[in-house]
Amino acid sequence: MKIIILGANQVGCSLAETLANEANDITLVDTDAEKLRELKDRIDIGTVTGEASHPDVLELAGGEDADMLIAVTESDETNMVACRVAYSLYQTPKKICRIRSSSYLVSDKLFGKHGIAVDVVISPELIISTYISRLLDLPGSLQVLDFADGKVQLVAVKAYYGGPLVGQEIRLLRQHMPSVDTRVAAIFRKDRPIMPKGSTVIEVDDEVFFVATQNNIRACMSELRRMDQPYKRIIIAGGGNIGMRLAEDIEDRYQVKIIERDLKRCTYLSEQLNKAIVLHGEASHRELLLDEYIEDTDVFLALTNDDEANIMSSLLAKRLGAKKVMTLINNTAYVDLVQGGEIDIAISPQQATIGSLLTHVRRGDVVKVHSLRRGAAEAMEAIAHGEQSSSKVVGRSIGDIDLPKGTTIGAIVRGDEVLIAHDDIVVETNDHVILFLVDKKRIPEVERLFQVGFSFF
Amino acid sequence: MHASIIIKILGVLLMLFSALGSLPPILVSYIYDDGMAGVFVNTFLSVFITGLILWLLTARSKEDLGTKDGFLVVTLFWVVLGTAGSLPFLLSSATELSLTDAVFESMSGLTTTGATVISGLDDLPKSLLFYRQLLQWLGGMGIIVLAMALLPMLGIGGMQLYRAESPGPVKDYKLVPKLAETAKALWYIYLTLTVVCALAYWLVGMSLFDAVGHSFTTVAIGGFSTHDQSMGYFNNPAVDVVAIIFMFVAGINFALHFTAWQKREIKHYGADPEFRFYAFILASLAIVTVLVLYFSATYSGVFEATIKGVFQVVSIATTTGFVTADFSSWPLFLPYLLFYAAIIGACAGSTGGGMKVIRILLIFKQGFREVQRLIHPKAIIPIKLGRNPVPDRVIDSVWGFFAVYVMAFMVMLLALLATGLDIITAFSAVGACINNLGPGLAGVAETYGHLPNTAKWILCVAMLLGRLEVFTLLVLFTPMFWRR
Repeated sequence: MKIIILGANQVGCSLAETLANEANDITLVDTDAEKLRELKDRIDIGTVTGEASHPDVLELAGGEDADMLIAVTESDETNMVACRVAYSLYQTPKKICRIRSSSYLVSDKLFGKHGIAVDVVISPELIISTYISRLLDLPGSLQVLDFADGKVQLVAVKAYYGGPLVGQEIRLLRQHMPSVDTRVAAIFRKDRPIMPKGSTVIEVDDEVFFVATQNNIRACMSELRRMDQPYKRIIIAGGGNIGMRLAEDIEDRYQVKIIERDLKRCTYLSEQLNKAIVLHGEASHRELLLDEYIEDTDVFLALTNDDEANIMSSLLAKRLGAKKVMTLINNTAYVDLVQGGEIDIAISPQQATIGSLLTHVRRGDVVKVHSLRRGAAEAMEAIAHGEQSSSKVVGRSIGDIDLPKGTTIGAIVRGDEVLIAHDDIVVETNDHVILFLVDKKRIPEVERLFQVGFSFF
Repeated sequence: MHASIIIKILGVLLMLFSALGSLPPILVSYIYDDGMAGVFVNTFLSVFITGLILWLLTARSKEDLGTKDGFLVVTLFWVVLGTAGSLPFLLSSATELSLTDAVFESMSGLTTTGATVISGLDDLPKSLLFYRQLLQWLGGMGIIVLAMALLPMLGIGGMQLYRAESPGPVKDYKLVPKLAETAKALWYIYLTLTVVCALAYWLVGMSLFDAVGHSFTTVAIGGFSTHDQSMGYFNNPAVDVVAIIFMFVAGINFALHFTAWQKREIKHYGADPEFRFYAFILASLAIVTVLVLYFSATYSGVFEATIKGVFQVVSIATTTGFVTADFSSWPLFLPYLLFYAAIIGACAGSTGGGMKVIRILLIFKQGFREVQRLIHPKAIIPIKLGRNPVPDRVIDSVWGFFAVYVMAFMVMLLALLATGLDIITAFSAVGACINNLGPGLAGVAETYGHLPNTAKWILCVAMLLGRLEVFTLLVLFTPMFWRR
């Protein structure tokens, strides 16, 4: 696929890197020539220097025969104009546009064919704040991913000593909870994937991914660890776009305090937020944290755009008694370094965002992609099409489907009904199939599995 | 200072007032044949000719109204009008009022205070009674606002007038971009409310004369009645209910009525923080009052306690001043409770007086913010109305208003004490006048007639201060205002 990415910022770069590794033809456009040269040396992409929305720049980038345009520059307006230009001049089939300001997101009409001509609007801030608010709603989870509009969730949990199922075989899960249907999709032990079988024994410190309907998630988690109390008091460090979005999102459900160092921004935040308390100061200021009862805080979230500041303030907060700390970390090299130590959850913004972009890059009818474990694994929701004769999945029972190695089917959503995967369930056409891949290299095989065979035509 | 334009506007306003204030009573006088026609014809001619002369003298003036001139025009206008409005009381042989009493009555009418020096209302000529009611109606929405709607010449610099005249802490608020249209919209709403109110009174059993007269003073939140016993004369719960409803509605910000009119919906009332607070204050006052009345057995039965209690709460708290019962002799703290409620008053942008609900709400929120600041010293806490932050400038002006209001109150209280009144009478007289309420406690519960002349003049100033929200009048007494 030929893809043009506008904007060599964090989102753009990590996207280029991920997609280039998947044998796509990527051209990256930015005004910063120096940065582009560096990137070109490191990854196999084409680059064009210039204003992303200018027609001549898009022409140079190969707009004529591009399959997809992904506009993720910092400016909403540049992104929108670029999409419109690409549509008007080249009828580019798919245009993905990053929109930050929620003012633009009021009406779908705006992004129609006669409007700005955008196929998919993504807002990284919104995705990340949703991602974090999911984590807050489910204490103890490392990651919560929605499928089929939230009907099914995939949850990552660390198994702790004392969980009823820890040290037991997975098959006993059913005996423990006869009424709850769930499926363990994968287990990571010391960062290496294990394909779960009925006889697999869950050990302490295993990272277990399981699939269940939303109302069963808590019951499943309680098998693997003692359940944490629901969170109440939350301190957010950093009132940037992500911090503000998150605070807006959760201020009605939690007691939220938000710390911001810029006075002007504080005033703005305090005007936008209704219940959250806006504090002016440094998140790394010990006295401020103590004044605000850090020791009684359930979750401390460091969400500034400075990795080092985030890490340091998180460590301080943890030392002063915050029960959980979650930290936003852009630099992927740091993520492995800190997660699981003092810092309970390291949130990688790229990883959270990239899934929603990958959804549109995948072949076959894929409605949702979540990137997991620094991009090494992936969970996706694909729709099975065709007849028994033309499709490799429709009309077969799950046990009979020839899945690539390292791939499991977690659940099937048929209409409004959720079927947790068992070997004897037969896939029907239009079923949403939720898959888990521990190895990204197998993605093309999975894509092929869900493409309708040529005999169909 | 642009003297010629000020005089010109004053002339026009006087001509307008002479027509609106005198012609209807002439008509009423003919209908009832009460022999007052001559008095009103004289009033009309003298005021109209004065206005005409002022206008002719300066008709060629091409000056524009300056920022400061607005204050002067508005204040001068109210003073001149208060004087001109007293003519029928002076000229009429039925009342035999002194100059002081006539001006007091006229000022009390125009400022929608409703304090009266006349007793024996029931025996007065109909046209004079009608004139009193009409004064309040004209004063309620303000003749200046009406003039802005009718006379395009006030378009230039009209904003200065509007700002000096309109009640509430935010002075630049207009319903629609054009000032004349805003003024028109306000008067349409005012007129509609009055007509509906008159019909309602008529339907529940008032005579047509009383219905129209009382609708004028209900919607204007004035409180003048055509009977000595005020609303108590009718002794009709249905009348009380109609009055309660229209006093409540007239005490709401007219901007909300305007939205209701335009969009044909009413849900925005519930979203407005000032309205919610206003309704909350009235509801809690009503509950407390009714409970106290009931348990102290002031009235026999729940129904009477409820209807009397709620009526008096709404009437006093909106600063209307109608009475169905002598609330000043109610048990325990009730007289003072209602009196303090009148200090809060009605909503900004309504026809009511008092300090306005929104100012109290902002002061209350400011106080709560200080408490929050003690708990979170580093917190940045804005004051919000609903979801909208209120600029610090507005908060400052509210505090300024509060301070000046309290000071003015105290100075006038001391002055009244100096005229030999007792403390409760003096306190309640100043409070009733500066809040444009009307009836006070103790010595001024029914009439102000027996007060010394000095006290009456002081109270005239109090009424004007209250109607013009202190600053418009006070600014004229600063040397800075007169410096070029």
